[in-house]
Amino acid sequence: MWRILRQIARTGIVSEPAPEVTLEPSAEAGRIQQALLQILGRALCIREVDAGSCNGCELELHALNNPYYNLEGLGIKFVASPRHADMLLVTGPVSRHMAEALRRSYEATPEPRLVLAVGDCGCDGGIFGERSAAHCGRVANVIPVDLTVPGCPPPPLEILRAILTAVQRQHQHR
Amino acid sequence: MSMLVALPTPLPIRHGVVDREGWLAVAQDVLAGGGRLVSLWGSSSAGAEGARAAHAAYAFSFESGLAWIELPLAPGEGYPDLAPLFPAAARLQRAARDLDGIQATDAADTRPWLDHGLWGAEGDAAGALPADYAFVRVQGEGVHEIAVGPVHAGIIEPGHFRFSVVGEKVLRLEERLGYKHKGIARRFTELPALEAHRLAGRVSGDSTVAYAWAYCMALEAAAGCAVPARAAWLRALLLERERVANHLGDLGALGNDAAFALGLAQFARLREDWQRLSMALFGHRFMMDRIVPGGVAVDLDAEGRRRLLAQCDALEPELRQLRHIYDEHAGLQDRFIGTGRVTPQLAAQLGLTGLAGRASAQTWDLRCAPSLPPYDGLNVNMATHRNGDVAARVSVRFDELLESLRLLRLLCLGLPEGSLRAEALSLPAGAARGAGWVEGWRGEVFVALELDAGAIRRCHCHDPSWQNWPVLEHAVIGNIVPDFPLINKSFNLSYAGHDL
Repeated sequence: MWRILRQIARTGIVSEPAPEVTLEPSAEAGRIQQALLQILGRALCIREVDAGSCNGCELELHALNNPYYNLEGLGIKFVASPRHADMLLVTGPVSRHMAEALRRSYEATPEPRLVLAVGDCGCDGGIFGERSAAHCGRVANVIPVDLTVPGCPPPPLEILRAILTAVQRQHQHR
Repeated sequence: MSMLVALPTPLPIRHGVVDREGWLAVAQDVLAGGGRLVSLWGSSSAGAEGARAAHAAYAFSFESGLAWIELPLAPGEGYPDLAPLFPAAARLQRAARDLDGIQATDAADTRPWLDHGLWGAEGDAAGALPADYAFVRVQGEGVHEIAVGPVHAGIIEPGHFRFSVVGEKVLRLEERLGYKHKGIARRFTELPALEAHRLAGRVSGDSTVAYAWAYCMALEAAAGCAVPARAAWLRALLLERERVANHLGDLGALGNDAAFALGLAQFARLREDWQRLSMALFGHRFMMDRIVPGGVAVDLDAEGRRRLLAQCDALEPELRQLRHIYDEHAGLQDRFIGTGRVTPQLAAQLGLTGLAGRASAQTWDLRCAPSLPPYDGLNVNMATHRNGDVAARVSVRFDELLESLRLLRLLCLGLPEGSLRAEALSLPAGAARGAGWVEGWRGEVFVALELDAGAIRRCHCHDPSWQNWPVLEHAVIGNIVPDFPLINKSFNLSYAGHDL
C-alpha cells in the first residue's frame, strides 16, 4: 500500500488541458441535428465500433483514456452498448462481415445520434482501397456519417478535437 | 524431395518443391525433430484453371532456420491434411480453401473459416447476416451458452465467442473469427511491390514495424538486395520500441482487468510518454512507414540518441517500482496466479508461439537465434516461464520490457555509421520469391512473397495469433467466465492480423 501511495504522490496530476476547437461550420458538420444539440449537455457517451480497422485507431482511442488526455474528466466516456450512446465512433474500411453488425449498431443508437468516422480507412477506405469483394470501403457507404477524422491513425488529440468540436458546437447552440 | 534452395535473406530460409509423399514426409520429420509449423497457405493464379499450390513453412531448430515447402496441385487436386500432425494447421487449411480454393483431403473440420458467405455481396445480399455457423453444441443438464460479439463491450476488435457454461464455469469456448477480413492478400497484388510495405504495415496496427520489416526482408531477398548495417540497426531499434509500447499497454490493461485501475493509469502514462518520443524522433506514434524497401526512412542523430537513452533511464526505475506493486498486490496475484493455465506439454502439442509460448516454456525467440543482424551481436536474453498462467505471461512481459531497454541502449550506443538505404533496389525481371521472418512483440511474423515480372503474384502474411487463438480455447476451460477478459488480455491476440 505504501508503494502505491508513493507512486500516486510521485506521479501527481499529469492531465493536460483540452485542445482548442474551432467552431467555424464545415459542410460535414452541417448535418449535426439541432435536436441532438439541445438534448445533450457537455456529457457525451460514445460507442466505438471497429468495422475492420488494423487496430491502430483503437490503440489511439485507448490512449484518449490515459491520464494525459483524461477523456472522462471532460465528461466523455466510451460505453458498452450502442443503446447507451449519443455518438457512434467507427473505424476501418467496413468489412462485408461487419456491415450488418454496424448497421444494427447504428439502428440501436437512440436518435438524435452523431456518427464519427475515424481514420483514413473510415474516411475513404485508405490503403485498402475504395471498395472490394471483401470490404465496403468508407463508413459512409454503410451508415450516414456526420464527421470524419482523417489520419493513419489520427493522433488522440485530433480525435479529441473532433469529438469536442461536435460537443461544443452543440453547447453554443443551446 | 527436391533440394532445398537457400533464399538470399540474412536468415537461413530455404525453399523446396515436393510431391504428395514429400509433403507428409517433411511434416513428419519436423514433428519428430521437435520443430514447428510456422505457417500454411495456398496460392492460385488468376482464372479457374490457374496453377494452384499448397505451401507450408516450418522451423526445424534455431540453427537450421526455416524451410518453405511447396506442393504444386493439379486442378481439383487436394493435398494431405497436416492437422493430425500440427493442430494449428486445421484453421490455416480452412482459410486456404476459402482464399485459394485448395482443399486438404480427409480434413476432419471442413467448415469455412474466413469466408462468411458474403464476399462481393451487393444489393439485397449486402444487408444479409453472415451465414450461420455450425458451432459445436455442448449438451447436458444445466449447460447454457453465452454468445459474445462480433461487437464487444469495449474498444476491442470484432470477433465472436461462444461459451458453453455450467454456472460460471466454462466447459467450452468456440471462437469464430474473420469479421475483419478485408482481402489483404488480393490487395497486395494490386499494389506496386516497392510500395506494398505500407499495406504490410497495416496488417496489424500494433505490429506495424514487425510486418513492414518482414515484408521488406522478403522483397529484398527476392531482389537480392543487402541492407546497410545502419539501416538494420535502426530497424531493430524501431522493433524494440514497438515491443516496449505494446508490453506497457498490456501490463496496464491486465491490471485494469483485475480491477486495479492504478495499473492502467500508470502504464498508460508511460506508454503515452513512449509514443510521444516516437512521434518526436521518428515522425509517427506507431512508426508506420518508417521501414522501407532497402532500408529505413528515418535517422537518429546525437540529440535523438540522447533523448532515447534518457527515456530508457527514466522508464526502468518506474518499471521496477510498478513490478513491485503488482507482485505485492494480493488482489492482483489472486486473479493472476493459476488463471488461464496452458501447461508446457499442451503448449508444445498445440504449437503455442511467441510471448504466450515462452510463458509456457516454449523456448523460441528469433532474436536469439538464428540471429538476424544486429541481434546476432547483442546476446538477447530470452524471457521464459513454466507456469503458463496469466501471472507467467505478466512476468514474461516485465522481463522482456527490461531486456528491450537493455537492447535499446546497446542499439543506440553501437549504431554504426553508413547509409540508410541500399543504393539501388531493382526488382527481378522474371519470377522470384523471398521470405521475411521477424520476432514481433506478439511472436514471429512471417511473410512469403512471390513476384512475377516485378509485380506481386502472391504475398502471404502470417501472424502468430493463428497458432495462439486455438490455444485460448483450451486456456479458459475450467475457469470462470469473469476471468475470460483477463485470460484473453494476457494473450492479447490480433484479430486484424489473423483475419487479413
